[in-house]
Amino acid sequence: MSGGEDGGGSFEDRLRAARRRQGLDTRPSEQSGGPDGSGPSALSIGLRVGLELVSALAVAVAIGWWLDKWLHTSPVLLALFVLLGGAAGMLNVWRLMGLGRQPPGDKRN
Amino acid sequence: MDPIGQFQLHTVGSFVGASVNFTQANLMMLLAAALILAMLYFGARPRAIVPGRLQALAELSYNFILGMCTDQIGEEGRKFFPLVFALFFFILFGNLIGVWPYAFTFTSHIATTLALAAMVMVLSTVVALRLHGWKFFTYFVPAGVPKLILPLLVPIEVLSYVSRLVSLSVRLFANMMAGHVMLEVFGAFIVMLGAAGVMFWAPAALSFATTVALIGFEILVGTLQAYVFAVLTCIYLHDAVHLH
Repeated sequence: MSGGEDGGGSFEDRLRAARRRQGLDTRPSEQSGGPDGSGPSALSIGLRVGLELVSALAVAVAIGWWLDKWLHTSPVLLALFVLLGGAAGMLNVWRLMGLGRQPPGDKRN
Repeated sequence: MDPIGQFQLHTVGSFVGASVNFTQANLMMLLAAALILAMLYFGARPRAIVPGRLQALAELSYNFILGMCTDQIGEEGRKFFPLVFALFFFILFGNLIGVWPYAFTFTSHIATTLALAAMVMVLSTVVALRLHGWKFFTYFVPAGVPKLILPLLVPIEVLSYVSRLVSLSVRLFANMMAGHVMLEVFGAFIVMLGAAGVMFWAPAALSFATTVALIGFEILVGTLQAYVFAVLTCIYLHDAVHLH
């Protein structure tokens, strides 16, 4: 320990100052690129958005197809659920980008 | 060249393994679990005030996951610490073991990741139902929306909720599978170009360098995806506990 530069202050203060210098105290959030603290790259955002769109659509198509088979209403429900799934995918992306469902005063993430 | 063949399961442990369908994926899962337990056991054993390397590793991983739980879920997050810890380290060790030559990445199978994601989704739904009862279903009713368009919005919200299962599992599975296909393709390039004659040795060296870079990249992706899975688990549990 050199102890020269910032002799004053408790250990906690010096630790906090050191952590701030190293940028270790940034809170991880849903949108952050990961533990290394660097922001997400454009490619990773693109892949994530694509995945959110496709996964909602896939679930909707599966449900619609299965309901059609069960109720013998062939293309009606599948068509309906494709539309709903597309909308749900857009909703997922909307949420992913941190735009949706945040009542004022709710400090989620 | 068959970049997909590496994902084929085969039984290990001669006839005993074959009789219970014990595959190399199961073996790697057991190995990952044993490594995690060993890390924690040997890390916690010294109980030194000034921790050694292994003890520091164990303590840091404990604090890392505990911080993630309390940051994302809130104080109630402490209850879910064991789950998130187990999930994060199981996936992390699975991804990192997979980089090892001759090893197998069990997270590159949709069956594994879908089972993990289903566990998270079922748990968070059950937690929400137990904490909030019927009020849980107000989660699917956005606030401040005219009653007339609710029949349209509620199915969309439900689909969005269910699609978490797919996106959570496919994200991990696709990342790991794509990385290992790339490794296999560039690894095969080295052999094929190297065997094609001296004039192809330069591109062979280039694909060797790419393979080295890909292995580093794979370590990064494996760590990141384990982190993402754990953080998303925490966020879904936050939604279950608080319902907004």
